[in-house]
Amino acid sequence: MKKICFYFQVHQPFRLKNYRFFDISVDNQYFDEKKNHDIMRKVAQKCYLPMNQLLLDQIQAHNGNFKVAFSISGVCIEQFELYAHDVLESFKSLADTGCVEFIAETYGHSLSALKSPEEFKKQVAMQTAKIKEHFGQTPKTFRNTELVYNNYIGSLVHEMGYKTMITEGADHIMGWRSPNFLYNHCQHPDLKLLLKNYKLSDDIAFRFSQKSWESWPLKAETFSHWINSTPWNQEIVNLFMDYETFGEHQWEDSGIFDFMRELPNQIINHSQFDFVTPAEAAKELKPISGIDIHSTISWADAERDLTAWLGNPMQDDAFDSIYSLEYLINKIDDQKIKDDWVKLQTSDHFYYMCTKFWSDGDVHKYFSHYDSPYEAFLNYMNVLTDFEERVRNVAGVDEEQREIHPGIMENFKKFLPEGVQLN
Amino acid sequence: MALQPKVLMFGWEFPPEISGGLGTACYGLVSGLIGNGVDVTFVVPKLYGTEETDKFRLVGASDVEVNFSTSKFQRNLEKVNYMQIHSHIVPYASPQEFMDREEFDIHSVSKVDSNFSSAKFKFGGRYGKSLLSEVSKYALVAMQVAQDQEFDVIHAHDWLTFPAAIMAKEVSGKPLVVHVHATEFDRSGESVNQEVYELEKKGCEAADRIICVSRLTRRILMNRYGIDGRKISVVHNAVVPKPAKIYPKRNLVDKKIVTFLGRITFQKGPDYFVDAARKVLDVMPDTHFVMAGNGDMFLKCVERAAELRISNRFHFTGFLNYFETNNLLGMTDVYVMPSVSEPFGITPLEAMRTGVPVVISKQSGVAEVLKNSIKVDFWDLNALSDTIIGLLKNEEISKKLAADGTNEVNEMKWEYASLKVREIYNKTINRRRSVRN
Repeated sequence: MKKICFYFQVHQPFRLKNYRFFDISVDNQYFDEKKNHDIMRKVAQKCYLPMNQLLLDQIQAHNGNFKVAFSISGVCIEQFELYAHDVLESFKSLADTGCVEFIAETYGHSLSALKSPEEFKKQVAMQTAKIKEHFGQTPKTFRNTELVYNNYIGSLVHEMGYKTMITEGADHIMGWRSPNFLYNHCQHPDLKLLLKNYKLSDDIAFRFSQKSWESWPLKAETFSHWINSTPWNQEIVNLFMDYETFGEHQWEDSGIFDFMRELPNQIINHSQFDFVTPAEAAKELKPISGIDIHSTISWADAERDLTAWLGNPMQDDAFDSIYSLEYLINKIDDQKIKDDWVKLQTSDHFYYMCTKFWSDGDVHKYFSHYDSPYEAFLNYMNVLTDFEERVRNVAGVDEEQREIHPGIMENFKKFLPEGVQLN
Repeated sequence: MALQPKVLMFGWEFPPEISGGLGTACYGLVSGLIGNGVDVTFVVPKLYGTEETDKFRLVGASDVEVNFSTSKFQRNLEKVNYMQIHSHIVPYASPQEFMDREEFDIHSVSKVDSNFSSAKFKFGGRYGKSLLSEVSKYALVAMQVAQDQEFDVIHAHDWLTFPAAIMAKEVSGKPLVVHVHATEFDRSGESVNQEVYELEKKGCEAADRIICVSRLTRRILMNRYGIDGRKISVVHNAVVPKPAKIYPKRNLVDKKIVTFLGRITFQKGPDYFVDAARKVLDVMPDTHFVMAGNGDMFLKCVERAAELRISNRFHFTGFLNYFETNNLLGMTDVYVMPSVSEPFGITPLEAMRTGVPVVISKQSGVAEVLKNSIKVDFWDLNALSDTIIGLLKNEEISKKLAADGTNEVNEMKWEYASLKVREIYNKTINRRRSVRN
């Protein structure tokens, strides 16, 4: 039997409050509690609670033949703990079925893998501990923030002992190859790679409610037929998407819940496919080839690269600025600072600063609570200025004194008004 | 001879609802004139209800009922049409600033009487899209005011009020003094708006006397507008006494702070400030820079600071109100005004009055009068950064400069500046009379 693998990304950042220059050194509460609470409650009502119930019903209805996987960021679980115990409980019920795999990622949903292997590993340890605490599983599969991947990141993940990793089946990497096979890291054959079938994934995640789409309205039967029509030798279809697709990006009235309620039945009873979790897929299938990825890929935008988070001067300066504090943070022992440090690394902060499509209004705007990327950047930098002051105070860093070239003072003298002398 | 002349004054803004130095200067000047016994009626497009009406006689143009039916008004009305202009330009505010403000409808004339014989005009009173149509409406109201009021001389501040002043002069036959705080060349560099330029030129030509805020501005009027220099007097701006309170520093308490405060537009040279900051930070990496204000180069400066990788030391506050401005000056160690072209520049005086040493560009009018300041060419990045470093590193010199500067500025009183203006009124009135006799 061929395999179909559903994996859902569950994430909510700690959004920053409006933080002005005059708040620096005065206010060290950076996060907008009300907004974060309200968004969490809204998404819980529209997506997490109804969709978890739906999945639970389907798993029970199909006697364990329907399986899914979740990657939940640590900062998201923390917000469940703060604002949504009901959601946490419903995930626990899913965990108890034995048909749900929980996946490892960075606690802060951060891009730390690109900057600091130490910080990256620390955050993975934090997130997997959180998963173990709530869901009783030690994750065996890894996925990096936004499916960001290159050979180096793969090696880091391999070093941590993971055997399975999830990433994007980006066209410019795949070329003529199909994502519908199991692959492995080019240097570490024992790290299996599951690649996202972005065409079929995006049919659900992005195109489902698009009335201009030729296949609208999409029925579970049709979708199952498409899956079934993949070439005979292909082994797996990986459907990876944001969990918020269900009820939040695609509203309930689009029929997305009805679609998902019917899909397991169509696949299980009317196709040659079996549901698997990522770890099962990696165990049951044989990798077809190594895959060599030098330039970093991700699942974002048409480019499938890092340009959603990094690349414009603001993003780069902000990103460098926060990681320049790492060595000081490692020297100190202050829990509040360490908590803020992780939350400030969340990739969403840099996503809000993206200027790629600023003029035409797009998916970035949908995901941002700021009016412009500039506003997002300035707000973040104000927060970071305060944060740096706190870190330096605790670490006991003195003002840096550099030697002043005598030429500077000579020049200064020339501009002094009459009657003022420099000794 | 009228030693205490009655003045009908036209302005575009009056504190506390102001967007720049013009309103501040008008406030100081009018206060000084009143103190010197001059009777001033100040007309603005719109009153906000927050003005000090107990101290000043203010007229909001939107409150004036214009009677179209009188024959005198009808005769004068024809003269306004030649100034009816309908292009959308934004002379003071950036597009962003404009969008943040009220929208105006060109045709938003609210009829009070059903028989159309009289009407009140609606004014946004700001620097909006329909600015030129507001300027024309304002001139219509000015005709009515000039018919109703009794006065000896008309005084108009900057081009927005020039059509109004010219109409008032036509109606009343009284002499006109125009006050040039800034020219189109200061606002727009070489890409001047022709309509604005024409209005400025017309106003200066129609004026019996012109007051400029600096010799720099006088030269521009002579060279660029072809105005006879003998008609122009220079009266430098002054500063109102120090604000009652200097707030204790709360932000970045143990850090040095260097401040830019003003509109973030080409003529203020904000990009030189950003580049100088990079050079200072190379030597003094823990210094902080603050750019306060708004303008069409705001985003460019944000990006430039990021390109230079100094965003964690370079902060943008956006537009600040009066309280926040004083708060910021109170925590500032060096104030910098690197203007490319500045007819006067009142903010360095406000900084000095708060006890902050200042670095200003030689290309500013205020450089003509200030002694206890550091003057550099705006384009000389080394001079800019070296003097900032020098002031930050030499506390004694900073303190001396600040103390001497405060004393100097405290002697630059509107009381004295307005005496000169009163003198100009009297001379103008007398000359008018002697010509007539």
